[in-house]
Amino acid sequence: MVKDNSSYWQDNLRIIMTCLIIWFVVSYGFGLVLVEPLNAIKLGGYKLGFWFAQQGSIVTFVALVFWYSYKMNQLDKKYGVEE
Amino acid sequence: MDELKLYTYIAVFGSFAMYFAIAWWARAGSTKEFYVAGGGIGPLQNGMAIAADWMSAASFISMAGLIAFLGYGGSVFLMGWTGGYVILAMCLAPYMRKHGKFTVPEFIGDRYYSKGARIVAVACLIIASLTYIIGQMKGVGVAFSRFLEVDYGLGLGIGMGVVWVYAVLGGMKGITYTQIAQYCVLIFAYTIPAVFISMQLTGNPIPQLGLGSTLSDGSGMYLLDKLDLVVTELGFKEYTTGQLGNNANMIAYTLSLMIGTAGLPHVIMRFFTVPSVKAARSSAGYALVFIALLYTVAPAVGAMARLNLMSTIEPAAGENLVYAERPQWFKDWEKTGLLKFEDKNGDGKIQYTADKASNEMVKVDRDIMVLANPAIANLPNWVIALVAAGGLAAALSTAAGLLLAISSSVSHDLMKGVFMPDLSEKNELLAGRVVMTIAILVSGYLGLNPPGFAAGTVALAFGLAAASIFPALMMGIFSRKVSGVAAVWGMCSGIGITMLYVFMHKGIMFIPGTSFLGGMDPNWFFGISPNAFGVIGAVVNFAVAFAVTKVTGPAPVEIQQMVDNFRTPAGGVSAAHDH
Repeated sequence: MVKDNSSYWQDNLRIIMTCLIIWFVVSYGFGLVLVEPLNAIKLGGYKLGFWFAQQGSIVTFVALVFWYSYKMNQLDKKYGVEE
Repeated sequence: MDELKLYTYIAVFGSFAMYFAIAWWARAGSTKEFYVAGGGIGPLQNGMAIAADWMSAASFISMAGLIAFLGYGGSVFLMGWTGGYVILAMCLAPYMRKHGKFTVPEFIGDRYYSKGARIVAVACLIIASLTYIIGQMKGVGVAFSRFLEVDYGLGLGIGMGVVWVYAVLGGMKGITYTQIAQYCVLIFAYTIPAVFISMQLTGNPIPQLGLGSTLSDGSGMYLLDKLDLVVTELGFKEYTTGQLGNNANMIAYTLSLMIGTAGLPHVIMRFFTVPSVKAARSSAGYALVFIALLYTVAPAVGAMARLNLMSTIEPAAGENLVYAERPQWFKDWEKTGLLKFEDKNGDGKIQYTADKASNEMVKVDRDIMVLANPAIANLPNWVIALVAAGGLAAALSTAAGLLLAISSSVSHDLMKGVFMPDLSEKNELLAGRVVMTIAILVSGYLGLNPPGFAAGTVALAFGLAAASIFPALMMGIFSRKVSGVAAVWGMCSGIGITMLYVFMHKGIMFIPGTSFLGGMDPNWFFGISPNAFGVIGAVVNFAVAFAVTKVTGPAPVEIQQMVDNFRTPAGGVSAAHDH
């Protein structure tokens, strides 16, 4: 039982880490740190870095939260801990 | 009465009548209903209510205005406030729902097995929430002063009265249903003018795409390129690259807003109202969709408002607007004292430049931009009226949610939980309402002299939450070891150092004249503004708590089992007292 729970927790942490890495890359990576080189690329009238900071990061966040929810529900089923 | 006024009254009073009717219809009977609406609200509705709760006057009225003047620098608000949701949804909400208590301090009190921790959490919550409400009050004051055509102070007073009636009578149940209504009002009010303006300027009805399109004036120029050109000619920072302070400040600012979002008790409380852990996860997703709708439109609103403002004042280079011929919206906002013109060179024309000595627009309060935007773009009067109603919906819903968080933490955690355990349900409700009233009076008084624009003030509140509550919750969930004494030390030092830094620069409790370093940039630690300092406070909080745990030793075994228990949605490990 205890072992099972700790591996559930490890899998849970892995999902969270994956999400947070993507979260970090789109906002701090593309939107703030790498904004200048990315701004050289244009997406329509948007400079790409600017686009990530004001549009792209937000859209990615939405997708991440849904993906997380989906993966966690799968995980709950796998370990038989869903409500 | 002119047409605009008539429409404004209809939109504002009509929407208010609806909120009050819903609040009355769903008024709370028991304490459980008052705090968490009986725990039976679906993820979609809850997502909408969270979105309304969360998108305050700062998001609706203030944020696009700040973006309009900060350009790229304004991105910190966009990424910070939405990015925090990702942390909230993954790292906090599901576990706190599983634990299943009414309030955030209650969770902290259980996890850190200490009444002291609970009291400290209440104190942190009150400080952060009060600061947040000041920002809302500023927004309410601006909106009421404009639409009733009165002075800002009087507008604020009227707003306080409305918030009081509404939050004190309703409780959470009323608030949840009214917040769904408010979300609908505010999202329509926000996007409709944006669609109109985007059509006018670029021919594209979707604002998010319009912002990246070419202008429809025949020049074939991209909107953002044109804006860069216009503002740099007048000496302002380039719109698409101008930073907020330096890069370090922007990163700290964003991070501070993110973890503050995750640590704000009135938002976390929302997740106690869903029926299951699964619903808590999906509620956060839906909430973020509803939030993202507004947050991706905001940059378009900001950029287009700035362009319209610039081309109203200076239709073509060197041909400035004659003051006597200024449009009606200009005159209307002058009455509120939030827009001021001073003819420095005496030519009767308006010069608006980045140079302080020759700039004649001596006051352009950022918080008026969203409300003034439809009028600047010559949109029909009913659209302008709708925006007024939307702004008030945003401010009211958040103020009500925050007041509920404050009152429940005082009446439930402090009085019932610690000092008077035999308090009856009826008296607990009464105490909650008295606390709300006091909180409204205090925040209204402080809102008369707010420490910044609404969004900036709110950012301070996030910093305070980031430095105190967020680390305590994270450590409570992700570490089984951190001890109660350690958490208390961590919270006290985190919020302590942040408040010290903020008050040094902004005045004690933001009262003007009590700041001993002034708002002076040179005194900023590594160029980090007080609004962005919360993240440093959070780091201090974590470090102190881990260090103290080394001294005190880890939390007792039964607490570690409790942590295991709320880490799994169902079954798994049974709590210690069940053995």
